[in-house]
This record gives sequence, C-alpha cells and structure tokens, in this order.
Amino acid sequence: MAEIQLKSLAHSYSATPAGAEDYAIRQLDHVWEKGGAYALLGPSGCGKSTMLNIISGLLAPSEGDVLFDGRRVNELSPRERNIAQVFQFPVIYDSMTVFDNLAFPLKNNKVPTSQIKARVHEIAEVLEIGDKLYKKAKNLTADEKQKVSMGRGLVREDVSAILFDEPLTVIDPQLKWKLRRKLKQIHEKFDITMVYVTHDQLEASTFADKIAVMYGGQIVQFGTPTELFERPNHTFVGFFIGSPGMNLIPVERRPEGVMFNGVFVPLEAWQNSLLQRVKSDNLKIGIRPEFIEISESQSDDSLEATVLDVEDLGTYKIVTVEVGGQTLKVRQSEDFRSDVGAGVHLLFPKQWLMLYVDEFLIKEQQ
Amino acid sequence: MAKIPNNRAWWLVLPVFLLVAFSALVPLMTVVNYSVQDIFGPGQAYYVGTEWFKEVLTNERLQDSLLRQFLFSGAVLMIQIPLGIGIALMMPKSGMKASLVLILLAIPLLIPWNVVGTIWQIFGRGDIGLFGWALNSMGFDYNYTGDTVDAWFTVLLMDVWHWTPLVALLCYSGLRAIPEAFYQAAEIDRASKWAVFRYIQLPRLKNVLIIAVLLRFMDSFMIYTEPFVLTGGGPGSSTTFLSQTLTTMAIGQFDLGRAAAFSLIYFLIVLLISWLFFTAITHADKEK
Repeated sequence: MAEIQLKSLAHSYSATPAGAEDYAIRQLDHVWEKGGAYALLGPSGCGKSTMLNIISGLLAPSEGDVLFDGRRVNELSPRERNIAQVFQFPVIYDSMTVFDNLAFPLKNNKVPTSQIKARVHEIAEVLEIGDKLYKKAKNLTADEKQKVSMGRGLVREDVSAILFDEPLTVIDPQLKWKLRRKLKQIHEKFDITMVYVTHDQLEASTFADKIAVMYGGQIVQFGTPTELFERPNHTFVGFFIGSPGMNLIPVERRPEGVMFNGVFVPLEAWQNSLLQRVKSDNLKIGIRPEFIEISESQSDDSLEATVLDVEDLGTYKIVTVEVGGQTLKVRQSEDFRSDVGAGVHLLFPKQWLMLYVDEFLIKEQQ
Repeated sequence: MAKIPNNRAWWLVLPVFLLVAFSALVPLMTVVNYSVQDIFGPGQAYYVGTEWFKEVLTNERLQDSLLRQFLFSGAVLMIQIPLGIGIALMMPKSGMKASLVLILLAIPLLIPWNVVGTIWQIFGRGDIGLFGWALNSMGFDYNYTGDTVDAWFTVLLMDVWHWTPLVALLCYSGLRAIPEAFYQAAEIDRASKWAVFRYIQLPRLKNVLIIAVLLRFMDSFMIYTEPFVLTGGGPGSSTTFLSQTLTTMAIGQFDLGRAAAFSLIYFLIVLLISWLFFTAITHADKEK
C-alpha cells in the first residue's frame, strides 16, 4: 500500500507538443492517499486512462513526477512499482485454467504454494467463480473472463495500489451492480488504495469515497459525491454530474445581481462583492434542476417561465421551461401537473445558485 | 420460400468432380495401376499383385533411405522451428529496422532450389569456397564431398539457411497479432520473460506453428534438388534421401512398377505423419 502523489504532471503523446491541445494531461498535482477508494470520472478522451497508465508505469509521463510514499518512481516499471491494474477488456491467459490464471501473479512473486491455493480460493469465492476454477479460461463467457481478469488484480495482497480502467464495461447491468458492491467490500476488507476509472457517475459514487472529475486533461474537482453535486467547482462538473446536469446560463454583471435577456437574478452580497472585483466577462450562473422551485403564485423573486415539456420518469418528473430565451430543466415530484405552454413562476433559492467566472466556481471566502 | 427437392442438382457438382478427377484422382490411379504390374515396355505389362509392395518394404536400400529421410526431417524440425521462433522474438517490432530485417530474411526464400544447391556447393569448397576455405584454414578437416558428417552438416546448414526464414516470418506475423494488452497485463502480473513466452506468446503462435511444422516437414521429407546439386547424394549414399532414391529407380532404372509402389508408400507416410502432427498439436490443449 502506498500514497501516490502526482507532481506537476503532464503528458503528451506527441514528441513535440506545440500547444495545450497536444497534451492528454496538463499540469496536474494530485495526491491519492493510502488506503482510499477513489474514482476518476470523466468523459472519453479526457485523459483518465492516460493518468492510470502513468500511475501504473505502463506509460512514462513527459513532464512531472510520480511519487509513491514520497519516493520518485518515474523510471520504475510496473513490476518494480508492484502495482495491480485491471483493464477495460478482459485479458486472460487462455491456455491456462482459471486457477492458474489467478495464481499467475502469485507464482511470479514466488508465494508459497499453500498460500497461493488459499488466496486463489478466497478471491474466487468473492467473485463467485469458485466452481469454475478448473475450467480452461478460454471457454468462459465474457463476464467470467472479466471476473478472472479482475481476480488477477485483486489476488496479490502486498500491492501498492489497484487500478481499475473501466473494468465493468463488458459486464451486463445486473452483474455490474453486484461486482461494484464486491469491489467496495474487498476494499473495506483489505484496505488497499484503489483508483477506479469510469465515465459513469453512478459507478463512481457507489464505489468511491472521493471522486476526481477530469476534464480536458485536468482534475477540475476532487471531492465526495455530495460535494460534486452541491458545489460543482467547474461548469463541466455541474453539467457532467447529475441527470439531467446543472442548468448553466451565461449572464451579464449588474449591481446587486446578474442579468440575461432582460431577466434579472439577484445574488448574495458576498457574490456581488466578489463579482465587482473580477475582470472577466465570461460569467455564468448555475443551478441544479433539483433545487429550482416552481410556485403557483408570483412573488418578488420569482421569474416568469413557460412550460415546454413535462417528462414523466416514473418516480419524478423533468419539466423543461423557458425563461428569457434559456431552456432550463426542473425536477419535480410525481404529482406535479401542468399543461405545455402554461406559465409558471420559478424560484432560485440563493444557497443553491452558483456563480461561475471563466467556468470556475466563485466560492465564499472565510 | 419452400425448398424444392431435386436430385438433378447433383449435376452441379460434376465440374468440380471432373476437375479433381483429372488433377488428382486419375494420376493417382495411374500410379496405383503401375504399382500392381511389372512393366517391360509399351504393351508389355504383367499383373503381379502386391509383389512390388512386399519387395519395396523389405528392400534394404529403401529402408536405409527412409531412415536417413526421417533423420533429416527430424533434424530440420528440431533446428528450424526453435531457431525460427527465436529469430521472430528478436526481430524489431516496427519501423525501418523491421522492414530491413524482413527483406533480408526473405532473400533466401526467393532463390530457386538448384541455385541454392549451387551456391552452397561452391561456398563449401575447400579451395575456392569461402566457407570451406575458412573452416580448413581454422584447422578443421572439412570436406563435404568426402566425409559423411561434413556432408550432412553442409546439407542441414544449407536447409536451415534456406528455410528458417519461412518459420521466422510465420512466427513474426503470429507475434505481431498478439494485442499489446497481453504484454501490459503480463507486465502488471510481474511475469518473467520466460513466463510471457510460455503462457502468452507460445499459445498464440500455435496456429502459425502448425502451418510451419507441416510445411517444413512435408518440404524436407520431399527434398530433392538441393542435396542432389550439392552432394549428388554422396559420399556413397550417405545423403541420398527418398526422392532421389525414387527418381533413380523410376527414371534411371526405368523400374516403373516398383517405383509406383514406392511412390504410394511414400505418399501415405507423408499423409500419415502430417495427420499425426496436426492432431497432436490441435488436441494438445483440449479440455480434459
């Protein structure tokens, strides 16, 4: 087990990077603490897998350092870093049985035979492939192959960390949920640092204590699922986390608040005072669909909106409304009733109204 | 759409049947026909039954030739298959270097058999051949025309030079087809180089190795031109392999009946051993 630190890390697949767009990872500092369960969340092509391969040592970063417990390991191979990694698509040694597949990393580490047997059986039980141990691995289904692949990552007890690169992509949804729980249990039982790469927010929040959201080669926010939901640090986090994502509206600066298309939105005093100090005109307000209130009657703070669509998702409804040329999504309870085209009054509770300057959140300073 | 049963459809197979008949069955049956007759000349043939087969199976000259043939093919496989795999493993994976190595490897394969024989015949001579001269000046008493061991050594070396590239190229293509993910997983699993070879590369080379083993077995078992040009089968008959014995019998001595019986047995041996290799390799890792 180890604490993994990334120091001003950057990576480009091009030998002569010309600009920022040539970098898969841009100037990144991060610490994965010992024994944590982390998720690395982001869309395809944001640099997640690149970062994972840099941590494991399959890839050498073009700039910056990787430190394991404070020791620089840039030049060390995965073998020397003693790290386990599970890939997106199952890699199995198809001439071997399931048992031999699981025992392979242990045999390579010269673990005594009796211990190998016990450990392989333990892991096989956890993954529910105990009855398949003596089958040839190549005759397994895709699900089972991926379990074997994962088992090989979990079987070594002394690893610095286990890295998962979207390991459940090929697994069907029912089993996915079960395996995620299993991984969580394994983490609780063995207390190993785990980093789990995924583009699925649900997968990330069920597995991880803390989630790092990656966007454009950078970690834009690192926090608990609640923090990511309530205080998205970057417009991308707001948009990417949540379903539907955060409503983001480009606005202009006004005294006491902001305005878009003739609609005035008042802000908190501290937000206003900070707003007067920044120069950038790239301003946005963001509010989650869950936090917008729809009221029957007009009030001082309410905004006039028109209902465009009501989607019934079974346990709740997603209402699409139009305010000053902007379409917003509002989440309402199942008993919400409204006709398309009807006028409604929206309320933006001030504690849930986020202000973004140059895509980053403006936070209250203590 | 309902299927209409119509046995006349069998006529559609006729062209293929005729083609196979004329290209394979008719010539083969001609040989079968010869093998049961004693032929003195046109119109002078007598039915002799299985006599030629009995004679061929007990003929000492043929038995010696068959033994030599097995030794030679065995040696060829034992040397060329591991050597070919080894070369393929050491070859660069991509880029200019890879292209260069591929071209260099392919050159021996492009040279006609009798030219290969001629090259080595001159190359191995003690007076004007670089190889023979070099060995002699290093103090080795090397003479492939006079010494049985030297003759065998030269014939084998020539065949290794000529055909190992084929094995290497086949294995190289097999190795390139292994996805990078397997090597990454092995690296993560801390597999040794040997374990990577034994559990990743070798199992995935199985199919190309079947082809390589079969091709090299059949070709070496039927070798004719190169040793004929190089040693003429000598010294004595020490490098006279089956094809050459057969040719001498059929054309040199015009012993058509005996040669036909011999051909059939030869053909069956090649077929049997190829089948054995194929089943042995394909069944090697079936589920127990």
